[in-house]
Amino acid sequence: MKKIIILTILFFSVSMAWSQIPSADVKTLDGKTINTSTISNDGKPIIISFWATWCKPCVKELSAISDVYEDWVDETGVKLIAVSIDNARSMKRVAPYVNGKAWDYEVLLDPNGDFKRVMNVVNVPHTFLIDGKGKVVYQHTSYADGDEEELYELVKKLAAGEKIE
Amino acid sequence: MKKQILSLIILLFSGISIYAQDTEQAQIHGNFQLDAQTYREDLNINAFPADEKMLLNSYSNIIYTKGRFSAGARFEGYLNSMQGFKPANEGVGFPYAWAKFEIDNLEVTVGSFYEQFGSGLVFRAYEEKTLGYDNAMNGIRLRYNIGNGVILKAVYGQQRLMQKIYNNRAQLELGRGIVRGLDGEFFLNELVPFMAKKETQISFGGSFVSKYEIDDDPVYKLPLNVAAGAGRMNVSRGKIDFSAEYAYKSIDPSAAGIDNSNGNVGQSFIYRNGQGALVSASYSQKGLGIYLMAKSIDNMNFRSERNAKLNDLNINSIPDITKNHTYNLASIYPYGTQVNGEAGIRTEISYKFKRKTALGGHYGTIVGFNYSRMFGLKKTQLNDSVLLVSNSGTAGYNSSLLKYGDDLFYEDIVLEVNKKINKKVKSIFILQKLKYNNSIVHGAGEVEGFIDAYVAIADVSYKFTSKKVLRTELQHLYTKQDKGSWAMLMFEYSIPHWFFVLSDQYNYGNEIESNRVHYYNAAVVYNYKANRFQIGYGKVREGVVCTGGVCRRVPASNGITVSITSSF
Repeated sequence: MKKIIILTILFFSVSMAWSQIPSADVKTLDGKTINTSTISNDGKPIIISFWATWCKPCVKELSAISDVYEDWVDETGVKLIAVSIDNARSMKRVAPYVNGKAWDYEVLLDPNGDFKRVMNVVNVPHTFLIDGKGKVVYQHTSYADGDEEELYELVKKLAAGEKIE
Repeated sequence: MKKQILSLIILLFSGISIYAQDTEQAQIHGNFQLDAQTYREDLNINAFPADEKMLLNSYSNIIYTKGRFSAGARFEGYLNSMQGFKPANEGVGFPYAWAKFEIDNLEVTVGSFYEQFGSGLVFRAYEEKTLGYDNAMNGIRLRYNIGNGVILKAVYGQQRLMQKIYNNRAQLELGRGIVRGLDGEFFLNELVPFMAKKETQISFGGSFVSKYEIDDDPVYKLPLNVAAGAGRMNVSRGKIDFSAEYAYKSIDPSAAGIDNSNGNVGQSFIYRNGQGALVSASYSQKGLGIYLMAKSIDNMNFRSERNAKLNDLNINSIPDITKNHTYNLASIYPYGTQVNGEAGIRTEISYKFKRKTALGGHYGTIVGFNYSRMFGLKKTQLNDSVLLVSNSGTAGYNSSLLKYGDDLFYEDIVLEVNKKINKKVKSIFILQKLKYNNSIVHGAGEVEGFIDAYVAIADVSYKFTSKKVLRTELQHLYTKQDKGSWAMLMFEYSIPHWFFVLSDQYNYGNEIESNRVHYYNAAVVYNYKANRFQIGYGKVREGVVCTGGVCRRVPASNGITVSITSSF
């Protein structure tokens, strides 16, 4: 049976490159439901970062980017969307948490992991870089100090219209 | 059968392009996860060997998308299931398979799916692999986005119990009950024209869930259909947010719905309805966050089989509202939701002292305070043993969501200070006082009564260069009860793509001298893009891992662990 599936896939030449942001329902901090396929940034790069209030490395990563975010936006027009996977236990904590930290990101809530699943995220933090056409060009999991510099090099390339391998 | 259907669908849709989707290219994406561990006997810590020497859990999701059609399946392999997971899934198979398509604003999913209504008080299907939790629905889900801020959802199906081997073949075993539900959500600012430009954002929601299960009980006459409903609202205006949800469940006698009112410990199958309420409020501005949550729950065990226990076949999910501790010693005594009756509050305040003030210092200081308290409802036992007359059991007890008893279940006070000391040094200091009702939260067979614990933690990072960091955790837990006091030291060194971790937890305060064990661990982690490899060796202490109100008992173990995750 598995062979048939694999054969089918090979036969019809399916792409493994991402061509669009998959569709899932998420919530904004003021309670509105939006579909992720509508996410856009006027043709400029987008960073989607999956995180949770209880995840220390996630908070470290978002705090580190927050320190330089203004420069990133000015230089490249990039937009960071922080998708919280906090469930009903801590979902209501996200807004005061984000405001308390004075993060300037667009924050979305994914309490039952619907967006997380269609993006194939296993653990947080998991960060995606998306080009102006909605194509995922880079992703990485986990966070170590300094990782944001590597990410920004790629954002700059994208903004300059260069290709990312 | 499911697999055949799936490949047929893939075959169909990759060959035939429907309507205007010719230009959209088909895509395949997925992920892979593997955890394996060797088990050595270590009687000092109560660790048992595995006959297989090594046990392995593995998952892989494959998702196919073309335009508005997508389909997917999840591989699950348990060779054999790692220790401590219940239910212990068996064998290899594809127990989760689905197909989804959208026609205008209607989305149809057939096969397996996850879904949540509101906070989950009456319906939540989800998975949490670290807990071995998976109550996926198998059936049909419809979602209709009417527009103007109105979204309707309907689900109909049976719940996953586990993957089990029958006749040498792994199969998906479902609960025998049928679960169906409806949910509507209304975003007022889009629905009502005069609200459109208002700063205040209001949304309402309501859900109805019903389960059916045959009655084959020789004595009791049991309800075949049990209904539950919930209503919710959310109001937010600038810095302020308020939300509330109320849920009700009709009479639902079950093995896990236990009457633990005064002197009536452990009577199950009570003929009583359930209800619950959840309220939260928050205020936040730059540098200040205040958050308050309260809940009261009575008899809200809701499962698709009356005899299901532990984490099996839950239709709903009652969130735990206490602080989720992540540091090792702070999470030795985690709270677990008491679905049969509990009430409680949690409040949290975080404040940032500005830079260049007395308390703020050069970089500013963030201070956080948390208080959680969970307690029992006041329950008055009824004397209504009417079994022989009406074939129904006792209603158990009388209670109210707003009347509380004297039983304390859990109390947690935490003070956290976050401080950057200079360009190279960052630190976090935590003090915690904990009161833990072990008889209630852990149940029978454990240390009776309360555990009083005091925890102190220092977490200090030192930057050698911008990409070479040494993080040190020093933790201490003081208690006279249970296994006594603990101390812990951990070093984590990170350079680009690599982590090296060394740690030791020492149970130095154990009354039994031979149990004063060092739980040492060493691990190496390598990350590259979306791939992660980890290998470790050491001893794991017996404990409980909890996420969102669900807990798993982790047995003590001694061995090598390997873990791989990858997304593509």
